[in-house]
Amino acid sequence: MMIPGFYPVFKRDMTRHFRFKDQLFTSMLHPVLWLVLFGFAMAGTFERLLQASVPPAGLVVVNYLTFMCPGMIAATIMFANLYGGFSVLFDKNWGILREILASPMPRRDLIIGIILSAITKSLIQTVIIIVLGMILGVSTFAGQSPLGIIISIAGIILFIGAFSAAVLCVSLYMAFTTSSPEGYQGITTILSMPLFFASNSLYPGEGLPPGIKELALINPLTHLTNGLRFFTIGDHFTALGLAFSYTPVEIAISFLYLVCLALILFWVTLRTINRAIIT
Amino acid sequence: MDDIILNVSHFSYAYGDMKAVSDISFQVRKGEIFSFLGPNGAGKSTVINSLITLLPLQSGTVTIAGYDLGSERSRVRESIGIVFQQITLDKDMTVRETLDFHGDIYRMSHEEKTTRIRELLRLVELEEKADTLVNNLSGGMKRRLEIARGLMTRPRVLFLDEPTIGLDPQTRQKTWDYLRSVNQEGTTIFMTTHYMDEADLLSDHIALIDHGTIIVHGTPEELKESLGNDVIYLETSDNTTAQQILTGLSGIREMSRYEGKLMIISEQDGTRLLPDIMRYLGEHAISVLAVNLKKPSMDDVFMHYTGTEMRD
Repeated sequence: MMIPGFYPVFKRDMTRHFRFKDQLFTSMLHPVLWLVLFGFAMAGTFERLLQASVPPAGLVVVNYLTFMCPGMIAATIMFANLYGGFSVLFDKNWGILREILASPMPRRDLIIGIILSAITKSLIQTVIIIVLGMILGVSTFAGQSPLGIIISIAGIILFIGAFSAAVLCVSLYMAFTTSSPEGYQGITTILSMPLFFASNSLYPGEGLPPGIKELALINPLTHLTNGLRFFTIGDHFTALGLAFSYTPVEIAISFLYLVCLALILFWVTLRTINRAIIT
Repeated sequence: MDDIILNVSHFSYAYGDMKAVSDISFQVRKGEIFSFLGPNGAGKSTVINSLITLLPLQSGTVTIAGYDLGSERSRVRESIGIVFQQITLDKDMTVRETLDFHGDIYRMSHEEKTTRIRELLRLVELEEKADTLVNNLSGGMKRRLEIARGLMTRPRVLFLDEPTIGLDPQTRQKTWDYLRSVNQEGTTIFMTTHYMDEADLLSDHIALIDHGTIIVHGTPEELKESLGNDVIYLETSDNTTAQQILTGLSGIREMSRYEGKLMIISEQDGTRLLPDIMRYLGEHAISVLAVNLKKPSMDDVFMHYTGTEMRD
């Protein structure tokens, strides 16, 4: 059997991920805290403010926590992947990147291996949020048939895969082009702000002011959140007194957008890494 | 020639406008240990980093194990092993995983890897540490692991950049032993060093490099013999005048001054020259404070050709 070229990089990253219990534990605690602290706090606030509002008739009413859950998944994955290149920065400055770059392994395989391990970690975090959310009263996959649930899970995996790959490429690009952990963290933090706040993952996109609203439209986090809401809640529902509807075409466009973004960012990152000189 | 495994011809490298290496050529024979000896900043690392493909080949022609460094980089990468100057290990992997990962990225088969790892752990005496995290190894063990990793793929040439930098004397000695046994098993070794003892003890051939050019090369014996029979170091009350006075005294091949000493290289037997020197200086009222006479060492070769003590 031919072992794919990216496999050693993937294996190493996963081994490290599961080896150190403190790192593993914090990566699992991260989504839990998002959901429990932020989710509950926002849910409580919104539900008090909206007590008097009458939801639009004829739609499935979902509570705020259910509405928030896909956004929490999206946010967790975004932060995890945005910092996902950090280990490569360490490899570059103090580690085995020289060994890899001087080996016959194509640099393409380095990126693919890290992307695949990032997607795997993201999916683990997603499972944690979904399971914990269900325990805490989030109605995930409500009203879906077993086949529908399988399709939904496949959809979630595809959306997370494309999104994680795109964000991780940005993170890898920065790991290769910045020289210090401080520089890397500074840029990452600045990037995370518009990604996180100019999106519909925390609140409905309709309420955003002009400018930010347009920003949200091209924000990959918005498209990931759309996809996750579509697959976990449904195509028509109401939350916070607002009606939400997603058509399959809109969801397909969101997915294509994420895939295109991932491919472009992969190409840019590969070009950078192919030209990188590290001695 | 068939037995040339590394052929470097008119190699130059510049960082922007700054020329680091200019037009050097040399050849390494199959099975030998070849050392690049030179002070820090002489251009050693630039040469080795270019040879191991971490830096692009800017100008010149290089063939390694029959492959052209400019156009067959993948082939070159498959044919060489590398021990980098700084420790380049993943501290979060075990010794065995480190070697296994290396075998994987060079696409070795599972059986091949397993056999090779067993052999190499025995060679560098890390069998008992196989499942220890790299983080928990001593500096010397890490170096040994890196040497084992460099040998994982049975490379035609093993490149080592300052193999014993930062190691204590015992560990250096041990590392030399490993390198010798690796070489005896047939691996050609190319290394850079700024330690003269290391170059002297290990190498079959040494190229002395400074300011980006090869100043002299040969076997350690040739280099030392090129200096003459004996080296005499004098400390006198006035080295400048002493040098002027001694100019013209027969039996002196060469004189130079540095760090308060006068270095005299004798034409023939230094023990017969020394009394003449002492008498001559005495006649000119220059008092001699200290005398040292010895066979030329690599240090003397180095100082003779570079005109400086080691720079850091």
